[in-house]
Amino acid sequence: MTMIALPLPVAARKNYRALWRAYALMAPLVLFLLITFVGPIATLLWRGVADTELPDALPQTALALKQWDGRSAPDERLLQPFAQDLRAVSSKDLAAVARRLSYEAPQMRAMLTAAKRSVDSLDGSAQAFATLDPRWLTKETWQTFKRATGPAGSFHVLSALDLKHDYNEGIVSKGEEGLYRSILLRTFAIAAATTVICVLLAFPLCSFLDRRTPRTRNLLLLLLLLILLPFWTSILVRTTAWMVLLQDNGVVNTTLMYLGIIDAPMRLLYNRFGVILALVHVMLPFMVFPLLSAMQSSNKLLIQAAYSMGARPVFTFFRVYLPQVLPGLAAGALMVFIVTLGFYITPALIGGPGDQMISYYIAQFTTGTLNWGLASALGIILLAVTTLLYLIQARLARGRSQGTH
Amino acid sequence: MIKNPNAGPMSFLGFFSLSLSGWLVLAFLVLPILIVLPLSFSDSRYMSLPINSLTLHWYQDFFGSTQWLGALFNSFSIAILSTVCAVVLGGLAALGLSHERLPGRRFIEVLLIAPMIVPAVIVGVGMYFVFSSLGLTRTFGGLVLAHTTLAVPFVVINVGSALSGLNQRLLWAAASMGATPWICLRKVTLPLIAPGLISGGLFAFATSLDEVVVTIFLAGPDQRTLPREMFTTARESLSPVLLAAATIMVLFATVLLVLSRHLTHRKENAV
Repeated sequence: MTMIALPLPVAARKNYRALWRAYALMAPLVLFLLITFVGPIATLLWRGVADTELPDALPQTALALKQWDGRSAPDERLLQPFAQDLRAVSSKDLAAVARRLSYEAPQMRAMLTAAKRSVDSLDGSAQAFATLDPRWLTKETWQTFKRATGPAGSFHVLSALDLKHDYNEGIVSKGEEGLYRSILLRTFAIAAATTVICVLLAFPLCSFLDRRTPRTRNLLLLLLLLILLPFWTSILVRTTAWMVLLQDNGVVNTTLMYLGIIDAPMRLLYNRFGVILALVHVMLPFMVFPLLSAMQSSNKLLIQAAYSMGARPVFTFFRVYLPQVLPGLAAGALMVFIVTLGFYITPALIGGPGDQMISYYIAQFTTGTLNWGLASALGIILLAVTTLLYLIQARLARGRSQGTH
Repeated sequence: MIKNPNAGPMSFLGFFSLSLSGWLVLAFLVLPILIVLPLSFSDSRYMSLPINSLTLHWYQDFFGSTQWLGALFNSFSIAILSTVCAVVLGGLAALGLSHERLPGRRFIEVLLIAPMIVPAVIVGVGMYFVFSSLGLTRTFGGLVLAHTTLAVPFVVINVGSALSGLNQRLLWAAASMGATPWICLRKVTLPLIAPGLISGGLFAFATSLDEVVVTIFLAGPDQRTLPREMFTTARESLSPVLLAAATIMVLFATVLLVLSRHLTHRKENAV
């Protein structure tokens, strides 16, 4: 910043050219990523908050709904513009509105279709609507409408958290089963279990590798290569390998039966156990490398000093050794947690219906049921959590590299 | 860790249990792959131990089916094209990024690395929205663009680290003897960062060869790739042909790993 305030010497003019050259070199990739990465992420963010079906199809109703406070009884100020819009709207646009409203209240689809069919009898009076369907005069119907007046709103994001906006009480929990919250909780639980098991497995492995003396350096390199091989092997290949191992007549079951530990094959596939086992196998190298580097850079003289002063092993471990490797451990564990949160392939192949994580539902709503608003809202939640944790992880990793220098 | 001088006679137990658990975890990491891959040569279609007789039957099935061969061909052509795009775009950007006092450098860096961090499903859904409005879904070109996006951070990182290890004095020496920036780049910088470019390219190639999530969103029936074919097959039923495909993929991964190790080894020796 201070550079700019200084009077520029003659040589600095050349620096400007270097600056421009640097920007020009980066421009192709930045432009490319704007189209293939930034644009898609922005579209996802927009679709998660966009609510354009109703204002596009029923513009006057949308205006009237904005005036309405959401609490008083619906009257002709709403019904009049609605009757007019209903006459003008194309059936394609109306179908889009019906679909949007049916996310919240399934009966709306039939109500709208019936209203459109008998639009000629609707003069905009409360009487006419009441004879068609008394539900047209209830507050609940019009509150559902009001929540969809967009053009941007929190409906999808709130739905993804099983919340909704109530015009009397503000944001409240939906009465029904917490469907999406349980998916979020399940995703966090699976990621947390995977992380804890990875830490528990990586710790002995890394201490074991850390004990290798220079004499056994070649062995260490070989062992590291053994850890790198699964790291390089496609996740899909490793997931398939676990499917083959865990199936009813697979290697694990036949071995256990051969050893006489079990009599009949255990069900290991398509349940939570299989998912976490495969996830741990996939994520373990992510834990091993940061932890090993933290262990290798820890100061062993401190441990010797503790021992020489008579500290017992447990005390030495917790008070002298662990604090030194904790930043590396935390960075690795967070990395494992972040990556596991977004997993799709492994649970989709190894899990049962109750073991699918958030990514599965995002994919399902995008290409299956075509509820793009909800898919994007779930995507926003996943993206927000990932970004937040990644910022913490980056801070931890930076603190670590500054600490060692 | 250091041996405790005050340790009692039972301390070997601690060391023993540590070694044992270390080897067990290593076995957990490596054995699943080492056990399953030989099953692709087994006669039995139930993929179980013990292996009674060996056969190449499943590999014949793989190489005899247009479906698998087509997927293999698609995977390779997409990987090669997206590697070329990623190396060119990423290499140029890394050269620009190496400029030390660039305003907004950190911001651009985050942007260029982000495709590696954002969960694949989010990238996939976003691309699905944008590419379908551009008419790029279900096209070969769309997949190449998507794979390039996911592969480019690896090139930026690898070339960036090669550039940060570059001896600036060599560039000054060249410039002092009248070399234009272009000559400097071609005769000094490029040969010195070539290992970084190549290992970035290997990473990019491996990324594209492995990528399945975004491909599921974007690919049409004509753009089956090997991982996508494996995913859809594994969803329906397990068959030994799947293991043959897996073995072939592991083989590629190993070749790429050895190549990249070889490169870093050579770089260390050169210094």
